[in-house]
Amino acid sequence: MHLLYDIFVSPFAQMVGAPDLLVQTLWDGLVSGVLYALIALGFVLIFKASGVFNFAQGIMVVFAALTLVGLYQHGVPAYAALALTLVVMLVLAFGVERLMLRPLVNQPEIILFMATFGLTYFLIGLGELIFGGDPKVMIASQLGLPSGSYRVTVARGFVQLQKIDIAAAIIASIMVVGLGVLFNRTRIGRALRAVADSHKAALSVGISLEQIWVIVWFAAGVVALATGIMWGARSDVSFALEIIALKALPVLILGGFTSIPGAIIGGLIIGVGEKLGDFYWGPLVGGGIESWFAYVIALVFLLFRPQGLFGERIIERL
Amino acid sequence: MRLKRLVLGAAVAGLVGVSVPATQAVAQDSLFVPLFTYRTGPFANSGIPIANGMHDYLAMLNARDGGIGGVKLNIQECETGYNDAKGVECYDSVKGKNPLVVNPYSTGITLALIPKASVDHIPVLSMAYGLSASAVGADFPWIFNPPDTYWDGMSIALKYIAEKEGGFAKLKGKTIGFIFLDVGYGREPIPLLNDFAKDYGFNVKMYPVPPSQMQSQGSVWLSVRRDRPDWMIMWGWGAMNPTAVTEAARTGYPMNHFIGVWWSGSEGDARPAGEAAKGYLSLNFNAVGANYPAIKDIEKYVIAKGQSQTPKDQIGENFYNRGVMNAVVIAEAIRNAQRITHKKVIDGADMRRGLETLQISEQRWKQIGLPEFAAPIHVTCQDHNGHGSVYVQQWTGKGWAKVSGWITPVKEKVIPLLYDAAKDYISKNQPWPKRTEPCDDKTL
Amino acid sequence: MFYREVGQFKSSYAADQALLPILQDRIGIAVILLVAFVAVPLTASGFMLDSVLIPILVFALAATGLNLLTGYTGLLSLGTGGFMGVGAYSCYKLATIFPNVNIIVLILCSGLFAAAIGTLFGLPSLRIKGFYLAVATLAAQFFLSWCFIRIPWLYNYNISGSIEVPTRTLFGIPVTGPTASSETRYLVVLSIVVVLTLLAANLVRGRIGRMWMAVRDMDLAAELIGIRLYQTKLLAFAVSSFYCGVAGAMLVFLYLGSADPESFSINQSFLILFMVIIGGLGSLLGAFLGAALIRGLPILLRHAPAYFGVSLQSATVEQTSYLILGALIIVFLIVEPHGLARLWQIGKQKLRVWPFPY
Repeated sequence: MHLLYDIFVSPFAQMVGAPDLLVQTLWDGLVSGVLYALIALGFVLIFKASGVFNFAQGIMVVFAALTLVGLYQHGVPAYAALALTLVVMLVLAFGVERLMLRPLVNQPEIILFMATFGLTYFLIGLGELIFGGDPKVMIASQLGLPSGSYRVTVARGFVQLQKIDIAAAIIASIMVVGLGVLFNRTRIGRALRAVADSHKAALSVGISLEQIWVIVWFAAGVVALATGIMWGARSDVSFALEIIALKALPVLILGGFTSIPGAIIGGLIIGVGEKLGDFYWGPLVGGGIESWFAYVIALVFLLFRPQGLFGERIIERL
Repeated sequence: MRLKRLVLGAAVAGLVGVSVPATQAVAQDSLFVPLFTYRTGPFANSGIPIANGMHDYLAMLNARDGGIGGVKLNIQECETGYNDAKGVECYDSVKGKNPLVVNPYSTGITLALIPKASVDHIPVLSMAYGLSASAVGADFPWIFNPPDTYWDGMSIALKYIAEKEGGFAKLKGKTIGFIFLDVGYGREPIPLLNDFAKDYGFNVKMYPVPPSQMQSQGSVWLSVRRDRPDWMIMWGWGAMNPTAVTEAARTGYPMNHFIGVWWSGSEGDARPAGEAAKGYLSLNFNAVGANYPAIKDIEKYVIAKGQSQTPKDQIGENFYNRGVMNAVVIAEAIRNAQRITHKKVIDGADMRRGLETLQISEQRWKQIGLPEFAAPIHVTCQDHNGHGSVYVQQWTGKGWAKVSGWITPVKEKVIPLLYDAAKDYISKNQPWPKRTEPCDDKTL
Repeated sequence: MFYREVGQFKSSYAADQALLPILQDRIGIAVILLVAFVAVPLTASGFMLDSVLIPILVFALAATGLNLLTGYTGLLSLGTGGFMGVGAYSCYKLATIFPNVNIIVLILCSGLFAAAIGTLFGLPSLRIKGFYLAVATLAAQFFLSWCFIRIPWLYNYNISGSIEVPTRTLFGIPVTGPTASSETRYLVVLSIVVVLTLLAANLVRGRIGRMWMAVRDMDLAAELIGIRLYQTKLLAFAVSSFYCGVAGAMLVFLYLGSADPESFSINQSFLILFMVIIGGLGSLLGAFLGAALIRGLPILLRHAPAYFGVSLQSATVEQTSYLILGALIIVFLIVEPHGLARLWQIGKQKLRVWPFPY
């Protein structure tokens, strides 16, 4: 009885009792949701265009952020470092396409998945070798990102809105809109969608697979850089960030592997869901449930829609 | 096809290569000191300065004095990545080469090595980490954890809080939050905290941070905001520390009511939060700063010669000095062992005797060029810890400032608990070997 | 030439369907077993046994378990580490509750607990497929990791939250705990692994194995020919988790000697998956080759510079070994996507026709 009360009554009583904390939880959830969504977006881009489940997206986030900060520390001005990092990500995209994807074309999905694991190890080694394992402070203010926070009064309490979080939300929206335009309104976008539908059919109408792959890996690299900057500004830039990329996986199953809006909405649901769960129900079982709660949310959705919320319907034929 | 053959050949060669036992000739006339360090992985931010400090001091002794007692030190780092399995692998790879002592630099690895050490006759030095109960020399003859156990640390943190509140009696009804890395290390001080809470009538709120959540602690700090604890105590490590300090500042938690253990007090932990971290407190048992003759010697003999990976601005930082202090304990124990065994080249068993009778007095700290660097260390046969004094430091926005005198731990509470815990550990790990090593105290 | 099957006639179905129908294979296996059981314990160093051979065998068993699920049944799982943990913690609890029972019996029993938990987390597999299932098994991984931290009963309320292996003896010789010699532990691990591998080899070539493979190749078609999908998939989860559980128990009891929840983290799952794929999906030999490569290569890379007299910083060596390992994984996949086991098959074919090219 007491347990039932703790599960079904007291969390809601708390929500009503302290609305400022509820609003704060929702806001924090939305912000981390946006960041999860950004990582998931990188996954989706690559999966859509090449069928590769790119496990290396997480380390690409770290690698991009490290390159940016590393360049800055070697005396390159902030914006120039940003531009140079983009060049590095482009080189990486070319490298991946030429050295990894092209020789592995037509292999089963799991082999490509495995290859991205290899890429992950490679980038960890390379990143640590070049930049060292010590964490670095993100050059947020040098890049013109705001710091500090707004305090909004909500019913007896207050809600704290970090300016950097607001900036993250805005940048994420711009990227999503940009990618949406790229996918739906341009020649490249049409080619991308064609490749996503069928590699063979796309090849037969003269679309260059190689080119498309470089483009999506570069786009994923850009997304990774944005994620790295945002997440780095919230704590610091270190290899521990890589762990957070795993959070994008429940977002993916929730949203579907192939849907950009799915990644966004999935990210928001997971972000809000896990924060609410951890904050209101976590103490019942000793806390720290954030690490698996997201998966449970995703699993529940999955049992009803096996292809995720926005995934393409799975049609099986003999 | 040729590539395929090449790969096949490489694979075969690789497997054959593995089977060649990777033994290195260890010169008979040197003192082998393996250092388990981690310069990679999520805990590298804490691991790097410590590794540098340990290495540089020992390397300095080699360069300046030609080793210890005229015998060169053979210093070898083994990368553990703060990973238990890798740590055990490091241990296995050095145990056949007559190491004097192992420094796991991880509570998890220490726990794994405790049962092995007494069998292999290799002392384990876990300087202010590891199993608190291993301070009981009668049960753990091979394990040393000076100058303080985590329970000493917790008692000092509470003593400091009580002092600020106006005595332990004033703690009644207050709430103290405990945020910790949810691994063996972070959970270690909980029994003592609960014990104090019972005695003095304050409430404890637990905020565990699992390793996978180290860098996203938003909801933890939201809970802190809800519960409004009067004080916060932190047992954090690696990337958890800077994130916690940043989040605390964001939540608007009063920083001068937030105390970290000695492992949560590096410059890198407070710096990312910038100005907002001002006021953050942490325990410490070694001095901060480079203005010591021994550290000047390190700069002169090691760093200026390019024999170190230490960046210039890291010298004298807290964790760098922590590493130096760890190296001093090793070096002094070697010296001590040479003195009581009358041998120049010693082995692990001799080193154990050296550690067991280790005394670093105020006088001695001065002699080795580190005056008032740390409180005196006093290890005995019964007490492998010493329960030394600790001070509290505060972040000024640029560096650490000492804000308290040397505080002694609440020994009358800690020591009985240590004995209970040692008994509990042994009862759970039956059959546990009885101590057979004689005590040197009486003969000296 | 070296591998000629010519002249080896079978006069009964039983002989034709034997596990090792070719004489050379039988001799080869006998030699390998002889070396493994006799020569290795007599000659190998403590480091070789403790840090190379024992872990390779333990991981090979876990990889065999995952291979049954992923390689033979086509269900991708990322929860291996969690299932290994279930085995380890249940073995620890069993060893505490029944201190007098033979430790090997307990290690095998703990596999049953892992099998039960594995079946439970296999339940969504009928509805969820492919990478979606892989991510769903991640839920198992994270939930189990959390349990290992949050349920203090599992680790006997030790303050540290880690488990330490008590000393247990077999015929008066210590098998587990710090006093057990490397040779004893190696022989125990080897025996368990050999027996279970033999079991797996027979399982996969029998009715159950064929059902699994039918499901892997196309589950819809398998269903149409009368295979009960759900039971088959759940059985695969159960057997696979049993192997992983035994491997986990051995990891703690016979290899590390102690463990904390981090030993069964997500990285462990990934590592085992590496071994399966590099070794070769759907091949028992592959599990061993994969484990040997993934475990052996980093050790080799770590010791190679010192071996050649080059002195490098330990961190640099670690980072370089990551770099090389990553690159090698990609190279291996490009050269032979079917894994090391396939390379052995090619080699076998070469031996058969030698000295002619084909």
